[in-house]
Amino acid sequence: MSDDEVAPLETAFGVDHHVTHAELPDRPAHEGGPDMVQLLTPEGERVAHPELDPLVEALSREELQGLYRDLVLIRRFDAEATALQRQGELGLWASLLGQEAAQVGSGRALRPQDHAFPTYREHGVAWCRGVDPVNLLGMFRGVNHGGWDPDEKNFHLYTIIIGAQTLHATGYAMGVQRDGDVGTGDPQRDTAVIAYFGDGASSQGDVSEALVFAGVNNSPVVFFCQNNQWAISEPNEKQTRAPLWHRARGFGFPGIRVDGNDVLAVYAVTAQALENARCGQGPTFVEAYTYRMGAHTTSDDPTKYRVSAEVEVWKHRDPIERYKRWLTTSGTADAAFFEAVEAEADELGRSVRERCLAMPDPDGTAMFDHVYAEAHPVTARERAWFTEYQASFEQEVAR
Amino acid sequence: MSTTTLAKGITTGLRAAMEKDSRVVLMGEDIGKLGGVFRVTEGLQKDFGEDRVVDTPLAEAGIVGTAIGLALRGYRPVVEIQFDGFVYPAFDHIVSQVAKLHARSLGSVRVPMVIRIPVGGGIGAVEHHSESNEAYFAHTAGLRVLACSTPHDAHWMIQQAIETDDPVIFYEPKRRYWDKGEVGEEPAGALGSARVVREGTDVTLLAYGPMVKTCLQAAQAAQEDGHSLEVVDLRSLSPLDEETVLASARRTGRVVVVHEAPTFLGLGAELSAMLSERAFYELEAPVLRVGGYNVPYPPSRLEDDFLPDLDRVLDAVDRSLAY
Repeated sequence: MSDDEVAPLETAFGVDHHVTHAELPDRPAHEGGPDMVQLLTPEGERVAHPELDPLVEALSREELQGLYRDLVLIRRFDAEATALQRQGELGLWASLLGQEAAQVGSGRALRPQDHAFPTYREHGVAWCRGVDPVNLLGMFRGVNHGGWDPDEKNFHLYTIIIGAQTLHATGYAMGVQRDGDVGTGDPQRDTAVIAYFGDGASSQGDVSEALVFAGVNNSPVVFFCQNNQWAISEPNEKQTRAPLWHRARGFGFPGIRVDGNDVLAVYAVTAQALENARCGQGPTFVEAYTYRMGAHTTSDDPTKYRVSAEVEVWKHRDPIERYKRWLTTSGTADAAFFEAVEAEADELGRSVRERCLAMPDPDGTAMFDHVYAEAHPVTARERAWFTEYQASFEQEVAR
Repeated sequence: MSTTTLAKGITTGLRAAMEKDSRVVLMGEDIGKLGGVFRVTEGLQKDFGEDRVVDTPLAEAGIVGTAIGLALRGYRPVVEIQFDGFVYPAFDHIVSQVAKLHARSLGSVRVPMVIRIPVGGGIGAVEHHSESNEAYFAHTAGLRVLACSTPHDAHWMIQQAIETDDPVIFYEPKRRYWDKGEVGEEPAGALGSARVVREGTDVTLLAYGPMVKTCLQAAQAAQEDGHSLEVVDLRSLSPLDEETVLASARRTGRVVVVHEAPTFLGLGAELSAMLSERAFYELEAPVLRVGGYNVPYPPSRLEDDFLPDLDRVLDAVDRSLAY
């Protein structure tokens, strides 16, 4: 593919680099820059976008309300998990606070047959895929390292080594190609894969290698980078000199920056990118420009490295508030709906807490389970020894 | 029964596996038109197509990482790492992902992947082309590690490796690639089994991969001096076939472990510890190790000094017999 052929794909998203800056929104770089796709301003005003508007207009009232419900419920779940950690019930929690729209918008753009490869913070995507949120707590409570079946909801296991999952996603997409599940025109069959990662992971060699493999194979994978501005304590400028979405061009496929706090824009951009992948047009790099409102994890202290004024600025760009305003002004939802969602959120919080506390510690022998798929003598012998050793204490107690 | 080289034994094994199961996909650098730098995959891309014999970008983490994705989709990738010293960029994916995914998923995910690695020295190569890194992978729970030493085992063991649902590191002794031997109709043993390849009564030599031939030569030479050496080809480094090893050690009472890798924390250390724990009263001498020194693999003009040879094996045999 020549460089000339790449540009029109980007214009398919309405990001035309040949227009003069006078025609682009006058948005400074630190707010995402003029190229960032936004359908809802932080004040909740709808911005027209000829190419993407049809995707949003195709959403029913229930679907539009559903996005709000997702945003609120997942924030409530996240708050409950943070509280559980503070009370010693979880060893650690990686909060998604502030990134709800990036995750719900992209998660709801997926079709059932699509596959998502997450980091360890994609609680909102897991929610959209139908993974029981309590399952997400297991690894943070220390009762397992994951433990849901990735093929049940096509939501793969959390990956802690940052960036590694982008290669798994790309390989998976190469498998989809070999299965012939791309470009058939059958909406139930054509399959896309989405790889989640962050601005910090963008520096990992794995991510660049994934972009290479996806590019040369024209694989049906969307690289969804949540640029939340901070990689633990390191700001964007320690990771990259150029905007992240610019990278795609060097790998031969389109890149686009979307307002990650605008659930409608994220939905539309991701839906378009996924559809391009399913049709056989290959990968897209989506940079969702957002902000990590909380700490990296509950072990972190962001007051040591960032100023509260910055956090205040992003509070005004809150993904839920702006969407609620638009739902109200557009007459898509009313006060009764919002109250019902609040009540549902409280109920979710209660239920998550209850089920987290009820999560039993596994039996010690569980560590020997599933080390190998087929019988392995060392594991078998050590398991037998461990069982006997444990039993010897029980016998002593019995005496 | 046919006679072929060890390299071609792997080729025919791969071909048989690919004919049997259309989900077997080969991936690696230069494995397509060129047939790999050792020609192990020669002719396979022509017969099975570019989707099943994939010339990948030159990025080992990318190769193993994408192979994981293919395995998750239901494929059975067989990855070629061009040379032993090139595997380290993929180390994270092998030990953090390939080895752990089955456990992480509580058994719901399987990663049936084979990572083929031409291993060891003795071919006069430049740096990074002569290493023996099996201990890293044998030390990683979740992986199986195999080492073939003959054309027969090359042909059959690669098929066994592809058939198992566990990930396998498959070592091919590159300096023996061109050695010829007969390939029979049946595997020499089950996956994970060792084999007594020469019976003897005085000392047991435990070896694998390229050192099996060296040990057989040593046993031949020792016979002329009136010593009867038994040679065990371990074939599987994880798991180790401890019963075959123990049975031989109990017969002879003396054991020498031979490998190219540095002896410090190598397979010999594990074998020696296992034998002292399980056969202490049946041993006549401490388990001795012959292997590489604890130095980076030396420049090729020095590799003959580094690599165990017939004389160093016999020297250890003499020391064992002196107890």
